[in-house]
Amino acid sequence: MRDIVFKTEIALTRYLSADGKPLDTLPPWCSAAEPLTTYYRWMVLARQFDQKAIALQRTGQLGTYASSLGAEAIDVVTGHLMTPADVLVPYYRNHALQMIRGTPMHDILLYWGGDERGNSGAAMGRDLPNAVPIATQTLHAAGAAAALKYRHQPHAVVCLCGDGATSKGDFAEALNLAGVWHLPLVMIVNNNQWAISVPRHMQCAAPTLAQKALAAGIPAEQVDGNDAIALHEVIEHALVRARSGKGPSLIEALSYRLSDHTTADDASRYRAPEKLKEAWQNDPIRRLRHYLLDQGLWDDAQERACLDEAQNRVQSAVEQYLATPPEPVECMFEYLYAERPEQLSGQIDSARIRGGGSA
Amino acid sequence: MSEPICLLEAVNLALARSLQDDPEVILFGEDIGHNGGVFRATDGLAHRFGAHRVVDTPLAETMIAGTAVGMATQGLRPVVEIQFMGFIFPAFEQLICHAARMRHRTRGRLSCPMVLRAPFGGGIHAPEHHSESTEALLAHIPGLRVVIPSSPARAYGLLLGAIHSDDPVIFLEPKRIYRASRTLVEDNGAALPIDRCFTLREGSDLTLIGFGAMIPECLDAAEQLAERGIDCEVIDVASLNPIDYDTLLASVAKTGRAVIVHEAPGKGGVGADISAVLGEQLWGQLRAPIIRVTGLDTVMPYYRNEMHYLPGVSDILDAVNKSLEAGRDEILQATGSG
Ligand SMILES: Cc1ncc(C[n+]2csc(CCOP(=O)(O)OP(=O)(O)O)c2C)c(N)n1
Ligand SMILES: [Mg+2]
Repeated sequence: MRDIVFKTEIALTRYLSADGKPLDTLPPWCSAAEPLTTYYRWMVLARQFDQKAIALQRTGQLGTYASSLGAEAIDVVTGHLMTPADVLVPYYRNHALQMIRGTPMHDILLYWGGDERGNSGAAMGRDLPNAVPIATQTLHAAGAAAALKYRHQPHAVVCLCGDGATSKGDFAEALNLAGVWHLPLVMIVNNNQWAISVPRHMQCAAPTLAQKALAAGIPAEQVDGNDAIALHEVIEHALVRARSGKGPSLIEALSYRLSDHTTADDASRYRAPEKLKEAWQNDPIRRLRHYLLDQGLWDDAQERACLDEAQNRVQSAVEQYLATPPEPVECMFEYLYAERPEQLSGQIDSARIRGGGSA
Repeated sequence: MSEPICLLEAVNLALARSLQDDPEVILFGEDIGHNGGVFRATDGLAHRFGAHRVVDTPLAETMIAGTAVGMATQGLRPVVEIQFMGFIFPAFEQLICHAARMRHRTRGRLSCPMVLRAPFGGGIHAPEHHSESTEALLAHIPGLRVVIPSSPARAYGLLLGAIHSDDPVIFLEPKRIYRASRTLVEDNGAALPIDRCFTLREGSDLTLIGFGAMIPECLDAAEQLAERGIDCEVIDVASLNPIDYDTLLASVAKTGRAVIVHEAPGKGGVGADISAVLGEQLWGQLRAPIIRVTGLDTVMPYYRNEMHYLPGVSDILDAVNKSLEAGRDEILQATGSG
């Protein structure tokens, strides 16, 4: 006798074609201007910020920067669906999401500009800071979710990571624990098809990354990460589940990294230009703009005003960033321990003298 | 507490006290719940405080450390167990990249008040990977506190100190002396400072510096030396990061001689660091070279050979003799006699 003991399928949700045409009956809320025009404005802002940050890096005014080009819909929709009491556990590409959660734009520039004060996240509550070591944040998310559950708080933890991150043990361990402990966790994988130069098919032989959650007993699905409407539906559903004690879920958002990996990378070394050109057809901003225009929810005047406003906001953040006085040298010793051990005092003087003693 | 207890029971007592006093304390790790831990450090705690406070985890060390970091950022005080120090390595990325840096990275907004306990050290005839002492790898990391008790009273007080600390603390338990001796430990909730050495015996001739399971060896050696009229000061370093150099410097300035003892290999060990600081600060006041008595620079052998690897009383006595002789040579040279 041979029984089938486990069988499953992974759904992919998509509502709009690349040109913004409905592929299906849309959820009723999509006929209203809100929240879609807010999403759109933020996506435009995210892209303006991104362009400016790259320009700053190219002119020596910012350090290495990880672009979010092509990931705008994922960030913006997630940011708007989270409540202040939910906890965000981001990775290094979630600039717009962090802005929506309250991080000032110039703080994000400070962080990428090598100034530790950019990470203070004064307005971020208990959200976690950027995690640079890949996938490590997935475990922080499990821990934060365990804390919410331990305290019987009806909120969710939202964690983001890349497709490359799903190959790391941390990711599997986090999902496994979230399943066993039934944690209020929403894990969003931004599958942008690349981990620096390594393409998606060299990362994992499984047809979806979502299915990795099934091994942990967690429901999982794919969503078109360039489709704000689909993202809204799928993420909202997962958040409600988590907040109401129904446990974790995993969302694999299919997107495409339209930029180099970071400003230190040159993707033309490993990526055919045609591929990139093709991917631009799925640009999440273009898709939503077409939809909004078709529905009469948006017009050219609004488009111009939106762009102007975004550029102004970015410009004033850049000015604030560039006008920030340098970090005092003792910053490197601050906050290391709850109380600074006396023996480090002498080293503060050494630090001041090193590097020419300009501080 | 009316009965004398051993170091292991003192750990249990401090954990129980913390669970009792602070609802934000939560314990998790492999086999720590129903089974009470493989050494029984958490014996009875799940039963007493509930499976939501003393929690068995899946088998995954990266996860144990990373989840503790996440919980701690939300204000809980996780006290987690790595079953043996030989299995701590998957947790390193979390400890080094995140636990040690969370407050610094967020400019004080979030912190990481977690304790990671692990039994360490040799001498119990355990299988491969169950006897290592890799404390130096952790003591090297800015932002991580590393604390090691060497008696039931210090296990109780230091563990409370670690749990009360707002910094991440690695609490390494010398398993060889888990049950070595019993003393009365009052369950009064009083923490000991986790940034101080403990001077266990005062003396004027030489300073014996050690920690963990080497402390009973040092005390034993000091006792034998006392019979020969040699008066050793014995200091338990207890906190390996930061190290209370002030106490060590004051003692060695007084005695002029230091022997440093630990189980871990000498190369790159905590003893090398202490020795360097003593040398830098006390140049001119030393009466003999600082001598280290350490484990050997090879892998921890399987148990049949482990006593050939671990320092013991006779090795300490040899080092002390060498230190005393070195001083005598110098004196002889200085006075032109001999
Ligand atoms: C543990 C670890 N290994 C390697 C790196 C270097 N690195 C930075 S980003 C990256 C690729 C990550 O790809 P993915 O998870 O898909 O995220 P993406 O950057 O594409 O959004 C690598 C290898 C790192 N930061 N951490
Ligand atoms: Mg990727």
